[in-house]
Amino acid sequence: MGPILLVGVLFLPLLAAIGLLGVSPARVHIHRKVALATACVTFLLSLPLYWILDFSRGDFQLVISSTWIPSLDAGFRIGLDGMSLLLVLLTTFTMPIAIGASIGVITKREKEYYIMMLLLETAMVGVFVALDMFLFYVFWELILIPMYFIIGIWGGQDRIYAAIKFFLYTIVGSLLMLVAIIWLGSYAQTVSGQFTTDFLKLRQLAPEIPLEVQRWLFAAFALSFAIKVPVFPLHTWLPDAHVQAPTAGSVILAGILLKMGTYGLIRFNLDFFPQASIAFAPLLAVLAVIGIIYGALVAMVQPDMKKLVAYSSVSHLGFVVLGIASMTNEGIQGAIIQMVNHGLSTGMLFLCVGILYERRHTREIAEYGGIAAVMPRFAVLFAIAMLASVGLPGLNGFVGEFLTLVGGFRSPYLNSWTYSIVSATGVIFAAVYLLWMFQRVMYGKIVNPANQNLPDLTRQELLTLVPIVVLLIWIGIYPQPFLKASARSTKAIVEKVLHYSVPQKVAFDRMQSPPLLRNR
Amino acid sequence: MMNEWLLSLPLLLASSAAVVALVIDALVPQSERLTFRFSLAVLVLALIAAAWTVPFSGTAFNSMIRTGGITAVFDIVFVLGAIMTVIAARPYIAARNFEHDEFYTLVLYATCGMMLIAHAQNLLILFIGIEVMSLSFYVLAGYFRQSLGSIESALKYFLLGAFATGFLAFGIALIYGASGSLEMSSIGRAIKENTLHFAGLLPLGVALVVVGLGFKVAVFPFHQWAPDVYDGAPTVVTAFMSTAGKAAALSAFLPLVKEVFPATTESVQHVLAISAAATIIVGNIAAVVQKRVKRMLAYSSVAHAGYMLIGLVAGNTRGITAVAFYAAVYLFMQLGAFVIVALLERDSEQSITLDDCSGLSARHPVIAALMALFMFSLAGIPPMAGFFGKYYLFTAAVEAGYTWLAIVGVIGSMVSVYYYIGVVVFMYFKEAQQPVEVTPVDAATRLPLAVSATLVIVLGVVPTILESLVQSVWK
Repeated sequence: MGPILLVGVLFLPLLAAIGLLGVSPARVHIHRKVALATACVTFLLSLPLYWILDFSRGDFQLVISSTWIPSLDAGFRIGLDGMSLLLVLLTTFTMPIAIGASIGVITKREKEYYIMMLLLETAMVGVFVALDMFLFYVFWELILIPMYFIIGIWGGQDRIYAAIKFFLYTIVGSLLMLVAIIWLGSYAQTVSGQFTTDFLKLRQLAPEIPLEVQRWLFAAFALSFAIKVPVFPLHTWLPDAHVQAPTAGSVILAGILLKMGTYGLIRFNLDFFPQASIAFAPLLAVLAVIGIIYGALVAMVQPDMKKLVAYSSVSHLGFVVLGIASMTNEGIQGAIIQMVNHGLSTGMLFLCVGILYERRHTREIAEYGGIAAVMPRFAVLFAIAMLASVGLPGLNGFVGEFLTLVGGFRSPYLNSWTYSIVSATGVIFAAVYLLWMFQRVMYGKIVNPANQNLPDLTRQELLTLVPIVVLLIWIGIYPQPFLKASARSTKAIVEKVLHYSVPQKVAFDRMQSPPLLRNR
Repeated sequence: MMNEWLLSLPLLLASSAAVVALVIDALVPQSERLTFRFSLAVLVLALIAAAWTVPFSGTAFNSMIRTGGITAVFDIVFVLGAIMTVIAARPYIAARNFEHDEFYTLVLYATCGMMLIAHAQNLLILFIGIEVMSLSFYVLAGYFRQSLGSIESALKYFLLGAFATGFLAFGIALIYGASGSLEMSSIGRAIKENTLHFAGLLPLGVALVVVGLGFKVAVFPFHQWAPDVYDGAPTVVTAFMSTAGKAAALSAFLPLVKEVFPATTESVQHVLAISAAATIIVGNIAAVVQKRVKRMLAYSSVAHAGYMLIGLVAGNTRGITAVAFYAAVYLFMQLGAFVIVALLERDSEQSITLDDCSGLSARHPVIAALMALFMFSLAGIPPMAGFFGKYYLFTAAVEAGYTWLAIVGVIGSMVSVYYYIGVVVFMYFKEAQQPVEVTPVDAATRLPLAVSATLVIVLGVVPTILESLVQSVWK
């Protein structure tokens, strides 16, 4: 039952997209309804996976493994563990909202738009469930095509530039990853006699690769993922893509696509190359910290709301990368929950910016002011999203950031408090730029006459925002169901890295005792 | 043991049909339609025959030619290319009031030449095949005799091609002098058993043969003719030349890689590797700056030859499989793209630029979608077949210890993405400068496009169909 359900979640959107190909472009309402309905059904189908999965196990479940290309042992292999489950759920949860927020907003070439959205959903779910490097790569690249069109056709003024930049950045990273994948497969051949891209086999073999080579492979994978995250200084595609994409595109980009990078770092980099991960951890952490501070500072001076939110992503994802680089239980758990949190709160911020944009057709902060007076309901929801993004205790953002910082403190591999201390200032900066933006947009007197008669949220908009708010509060107050899901798979990875760390005993002792005690 | 006549059926069909087509032309007035139909019918028969001979791998006519197996797979590729070319060409040349029998006859001759190349087990047959194919292409390139570009293309191709043939002939002569045989496996045996008459001649002979073939494939540094020739020739001819023609020239390398190269020193492999890398780099970089779609495709075809060369460099079973797979896939995607270019040229009566593609998705939604499909496939984006082809090639390279070559290939792909998606940018993201009337796409053009597009997707999702076929017959 479970595996079939997983296949259903993976391919239902694709099937719907193929079905929509045959429907005339003029029948817009059919395209809208089918797309929305498919996304909703996919979400409902994915929900039971949470209960089917056994969280007391750290390995992969609901595994399907069938051959595809025997000579290269590339198979259709999929499966879930706690971490990928959360990301699959995040994807299936975000898609109905993104599609719902597009209806009526997207006015040209709607047929193609909804087909692209559905195609994107299959590809994104595919990235998170693939247990074969070849299959993973196919899904990973497949995402490019729909996203490229979504930015390029339905985007803003400079959409063409942004679309090309997005495409080229991503492909440059991923092609080097392809060489690394092939190299791994070929390594498997020399070791075990059979070329393979089976993730479950490779993760047994890869850690034994000599460190010298591991470094290169780690770099090839990490480059691809770091571009996607994006890790400073590879982030420059992101503001362009986010700002130019249509609202739903930005929601998906921020909500899910960026997570593919951090997911990849945990799933592949840490798991395949534990020794190289230890070697690269300080570098990754330094870049993460720079990203946190840099993103926040740049966000602070943005006159454009959407750009502000985009740069805040750079900052927030920095916490995720810091958590990953710490390679501790807290850090990785925090990174995973922060991925979910960021997807929800930033996705919602983009929706809010989109709602304002639809009314005024500008994203300049200076154009607004006093909106809270005319749009009271919107003001409340926007405020919640904003505070969640700031990391206010009681809302979801706090949990993830806190855990990643703790991870940074405790990490035996980073072995320094500096990372966490400097990063913590990022939380303060976040409060500054978000609150300041909120104040300038929502409070004060209405000075711009154009803002005088803005209508409050429509029912459609309310429906897209409220589900996110529920989750923001839920995770903030009671994150246990989410943390529980990924606890075991996190532990498995942390232990694996620990196993390969050189002074094992020392590191293990440090893990056991809190840092304050250790230094006494 | 199968009858060798039966086993050579595809080859015999193509060659006899070419002669018959000439006779039809001479005897029947106004015979364009007849020749067209006749060529098509024979090609379809040859396709069936080739498919039938696939399992029967062997040699025929005193080891002059090889039959069945991989040669049959190549036959299928050539014949499919010829069929699609003939179908797509008819409205194209008719629109320019230039439909003559010779076109179809020459396509048949060219196909026959390609088959001879793929079948050749004897160096003389190889030489004859290359000559038959090249001579047909010289004429086809200059088919539009009023067009200056077409004539330039033909002359350039002819002069340089003749030169390259000289190298080839000289190389063959030297190899014969060294080994006393023209039959490839006995040459290989002679080298291995060290029974050469004049061992000193062999390296030079092999080098000259590689140069001659390298010219036909258009690999660096013998690639300069390709962009000009491909650009000037009638687009449907370019489609055929740059795909099936290239595949044929590459197929000539296969028996050499199997029989002769392993016996020589590794230097051949190294030289080929460097040449492959340079071909990829030069082709891709030159394609970036092109404004006209046809010329861009012409340069990119140089790069694709470089990718295929990677498989030959690797020289292992996977490499050879990859070459055959990529040659087939490349034929479909590149031919499809050229057919679309030809179609658009019919609308605009001149060579189309990227700007002409603006707003194509609004004018011809289906054509634009297919073009996008071919572009993504050529760029090597999964799940299109072009990606799997490259994956095989790079895998073979890494396996053979040529990781650096795979990296060069990958970097080349990155560059190629830029110009391939450039076409998509114009088709989808830019509005047309001036409104252009929508011309319906005739049924004749639809067929080759549909076949190519279907195969590009199917071979992308289930590459095993073709791959296992090739692998099973390559021994």
